[in-house]
Amino acid sequence: MARITAGVASSHVPLLGVAVDQGKADDDYFGPIFKGYEWTKAWEKDQKPDVVVLVYNDHASAFDMKLVPTFAIGCGERFAPADEGWGPRPVPDVIGHPDLAWHIAQSLILDEFDMTIINEMDVDHGLTVPLSMMFGQPDQWPVKVIPLAVNVVTYPVPLGNRCWALGEAIARAVESFPEDLNVQIWGTGGMSHQLQGPRAGLLNREWDNRFMDLLVGDTDEARWIPHIEYLRETGSEGIEMVMWLIMRGALGPATRCLHRHYHIPCSNTAIGHLVLEPTGPSEAAAAA
Amino acid sequence: MKDIHAYLEEFEDIPGTRVYTAARARKGYHINQFAMSLMKADNRERFKADERTYLDEWPISEEAKQALLDRDYNRLLDLGGNIYFLSKLFSTDGISFAEAVSTMTDMRFPEYREMMMNGGRPAEGNRSIKEGN
Repeated sequence: MARITAGVASSHVPLLGVAVDQGKADDDYFGPIFKGYEWTKAWEKDQKPDVVVLVYNDHASAFDMKLVPTFAIGCGERFAPADEGWGPRPVPDVIGHPDLAWHIAQSLILDEFDMTIINEMDVDHGLTVPLSMMFGQPDQWPVKVIPLAVNVVTYPVPLGNRCWALGEAIARAVESFPEDLNVQIWGTGGMSHQLQGPRAGLLNREWDNRFMDLLVGDTDEARWIPHIEYLRETGSEGIEMVMWLIMRGALGPATRCLHRHYHIPCSNTAIGHLVLEPTGPSEAAAAA
Repeated sequence: MKDIHAYLEEFEDIPGTRVYTAARARKGYHINQFAMSLMKADNRERFKADERTYLDEWPISEEAKQALLDRDYNRLLDLGGNIYFLSKLFSTDGISFAEAVSTMTDMRFPEYREMMMNGGRPAEGNRSIKEGN
């Protein structure tokens, strides 16, 4: 039986991809950011996940305004890195897991989450930067990846509660897949940042850290945070953090934090990173 | 169920911010699709060779064309542009995301960069127009 063994949250700032691709990850500016991922790189080598369900948002790369799916799942065999205006990143193609992806898609629809199915698309920095942060620069990515794209650009974007519930439904779907697979779920984007208007540059260390606190343990308070709070407290692009809730929802009633990292700034953005594992129903009951 | 009118009204109370609502997405549709066209190298070359002629191929208002020629990003946000789409334009210009973003603030890029190094713009005083907090 397939099972979700861990959740990872990470920012996906495009400049981090540039730093990796141009060999700047150790310099004074980027060094402190990448240092916070060293633990996770070693841990991933040890964990050897078979598949990552990678929750991210497309930044006007695969989708333009012609089509705006709220939740879409990549069921294709492979996904090439997108040309975002300066040529594609020099990273390997992302290899999908169509059997599990289609199983999740079908299960989610029966579970009343009406997913958009993607067979062909290119994937942008939202998906490839987290892979670089966790796996460095391999010839091939060491995992299969199921892209799960969320609209966090055109309002209304999905509510936090809906994201959390989608995560719970993804976990149910994974658990009903017969093959024995070690599956991780990653939530990407955030943390506080605003890329537009006179208020651009807003960062909020205190709020971001409170949000990370809320993803650990048995509280589900974060699912009820309204959009307006993300917008006021974390900037217009801080709304990407609803994608972390899909990851958290998939981990079940309670989590333990294995690793945590926070750094300001990277370009316009606050960097946040968490590694969580589900503590399971028995431990959750004992803690209650 | 949430009331869509109340939901949208709250967005207008955030200082210095244009949330990309359906109304803005409709208004700026062709601005954003024009920007999207710059993802292709051939289109970038044609645009750079003669910006005005390239823009005239799109059903965009004169006001928006002027804002695009002027790289007036705050104006473009008002006209329904979205920053992820507009980023194709500043990538074509070869300037960084942070530098382009700084042009929408009252700071020059070196000052903006300095602000980010010092922890960014605080939320305090920037949350609500009505509350002034």
